[in-house]
Amino acid sequence: MKETMKYVDEFRNGNLARRMATEITNISKGQKFKFMEVCGGHTHTIFKHGIEDILPENIEMIHGPGCPVCVLPMGRIDDAIAIAKTEGTIFTTFGDMMRVPGSQGSLLDAKAAGADVRFIYSPLDALKIARQNPKKEVVFFAIGFETTAPSTAVTLLQAKNEDIQNFSVFCNHVTIIPTIKAILDSPDLRLDGFIGPGHVSMVIGLRTYQFIARDYQKPVVISGFEPLDIIQSILMLLKQYQTGKVVVENQYKRVVRPEGNLKSLEVIAQTMELRPYFEWRGLGFITHSALKIRSDFVQWDAEERFEVPGLQVADPKACQCGEVLKGVIKPWECKVFGTACTPETPIGSCMVSPEGACAAYFNYGRLSMASQRRGLLATVK
Amino acid sequence: MTEKFQTLDKALENLEKGRRARKGKFYLKDKTITLSHGSGGTASHNLIGGMIGKIFSNPILDKMDDSAILPINGSDTRLAFTTDSYVVSPIFFPGGNIGEIAVNGTVNDLAVSGADPLWISVGLILEEGFPIAELKKIIESMQAAAEKAGVHIVTGDTKVVHRGSADKIFINTAGIGIFQDQISLSSLNAEPGDKVLLSGPIGDHGIAVMLAREALDIETDIQSDTAPLNGLIHALLDATKAVHCLKDATRGGVATVLNEIALNSNVAIAIEEDSVPIRPEVNGACEILGLDPLTIANEGRFIAIVASEDAETAVRALQNHPQGSEACIIGEVLEEPEGMVFLRTALGGHRVLDMLVGDPLPRIC
Repeated sequence: MKETMKYVDEFRNGNLARRMATEITNISKGQKFKFMEVCGGHTHTIFKHGIEDILPENIEMIHGPGCPVCVLPMGRIDDAIAIAKTEGTIFTTFGDMMRVPGSQGSLLDAKAAGADVRFIYSPLDALKIARQNPKKEVVFFAIGFETTAPSTAVTLLQAKNEDIQNFSVFCNHVTIIPTIKAILDSPDLRLDGFIGPGHVSMVIGLRTYQFIARDYQKPVVISGFEPLDIIQSILMLLKQYQTGKVVVENQYKRVVRPEGNLKSLEVIAQTMELRPYFEWRGLGFITHSALKIRSDFVQWDAEERFEVPGLQVADPKACQCGEVLKGVIKPWECKVFGTACTPETPIGSCMVSPEGACAAYFNYGRLSMASQRRGLLATVK
Repeated sequence: MTEKFQTLDKALENLEKGRRARKGKFYLKDKTITLSHGSGGTASHNLIGGMIGKIFSNPILDKMDDSAILPINGSDTRLAFTTDSYVVSPIFFPGGNIGEIAVNGTVNDLAVSGADPLWISVGLILEEGFPIAELKKIIESMQAAAEKAGVHIVTGDTKVVHRGSADKIFINTAGIGIFQDQISLSSLNAEPGDKVLLSGPIGDHGIAVMLAREALDIETDIQSDTAPLNGLIHALLDATKAVHCLKDATRGGVATVLNEIALNSNVAIAIEEDSVPIRPEVNGACEILGLDPLTIANEGRFIAIVASEDAETAVRALQNHPQGSEACIIGEVLEEPEGMVFLRTALGGHRVLDMLVGDPLPRIC
């Protein structure tokens, strides 16, 4: 483990970062660029390490819709809570879903009211709980992009293999490509390029992004998650503008293969299929943007096994998560940001997960906001 | 409001309003207790400041420091008095057990207020069916911890509840200490220019306990840092009179403690990310689990706020003690932005370091 960490430290080298930032300043020559990092993991890195502080002002990062917690609509949370409250159920979930508010409270509230909600780190843990509690119905709340879908798929295959009868999956897996397309087609958007999601691409490969460069003439650089990865990716995007060659590039070669991970894609295809459409928080319904469990796994599909309300719940009026997710406004431009909506009492889902753009701004970004106004950075540095 | 979006000025104004409102004013909006209320972060502060502390309010309690400071009529002597309950799961973990942290935790709450811990009480709540052999092991380690810290367990109580009404064993300890001189340490006392000292690497306890849970199949040799801090603190206070504040960084970790100090003293605190000692194993586990080591609980680490001119002397005094060899300066106190703690990242950027907002993670102390 020690050696791995040393490896990570090399990607956080301050001197190298500053050198690259200078190159970014030189190459961009004061021209304004808006780049979107699609993935919530990138947003988290940008804020955690204060990357925006070392970038020149003419480079603006737009924080995209790649946080699976943030994009799940309220109605789906209500469905999850309804399942969790069903008598004799153990409901398992990743930790960051616990506090996401539905229309009547969160899973954490449901747990406090008596529902058996447990947080786990892997769907295989849920399967283990099912084996240990044969008299209970155990449900796994599956969320995430193509990154987490393979582990859900493997769990489904394992459940079928072992014929575990008391286990099911509440599937909310979403797909990244239709969503990027929806963003590109959105009329109120102006973007100069994308930092593409590293871990999703590890599964789906590079080919699926080609249309962005070809049809929309926007550069894409698939990036790793360390600060130097992201800074280098910004530099690569700018170099594409310099050379006039718009393509899909891979900065994250140490993990992402051009063809993706065929084995992962295969297990997903075995167990899940595209939904005709799926609702995204703030973005509305997007065609073919999510996965459901295939009919030959219907026995393990919680949507079929439980009575779920399945109601569409409108986002709270004051909430502007949609505009934030599309990069139309900055998180702090939302009227409830930091007042009615805080990480403690979130209204919008962007405020809940540490990968959410609003939570990142609230937790980490307040200083840069304060300093912008007061010129404080100079005095504290 | 007619404008569609909030302006930057308006957003900043709202944030500052919110920060001011947080100072000493806590609101409890929740209808039921959730695990967040026990996490030591903002939800806990709202519960205590917004309800419990309001109802119990009196001049001694209202100081809300780690120990109550009790004047003795007609004498210069002052007593420190504190209590804490321990519900950690699992009860045995690498580097310690629930009994050991129950003694050390109370010793440390007394020690960081500047008092010499002397007497401890022990209240046990036992679940029906709990093995006597495990109880004996816990009791023996409590006695060993008390001897190590130089305190005596002088009174106690035992209750047994039905199976399912408690989880194996819960322990409450209370402690009394005496102040040797007129020292005054408080989270109100930090001043711009002061240095922020940390007594050793952080996150060991929280991560050791988290990894001891069966669900996580991560193998490391991280041990809890549980230890009595009175000896180390004695060494520090003997070396310099310029210590303004001491806080042990338990629940909510270093981040929460620093925020309490910044809020109570109306100052800003700047931390150099690079200088915070964190073991590579702890850092690695935090990366995997998506946790910030600065919000992870410790049971044997403290933050000291020391006047700048004595900071080096203070660090040396800590480093010369066997428990403080890895002590160091991690940051400084600034005038503003008032009430805010921020980190200067290794990369050269900045980020705000907030209190832990209620976590759904299981019990760690």
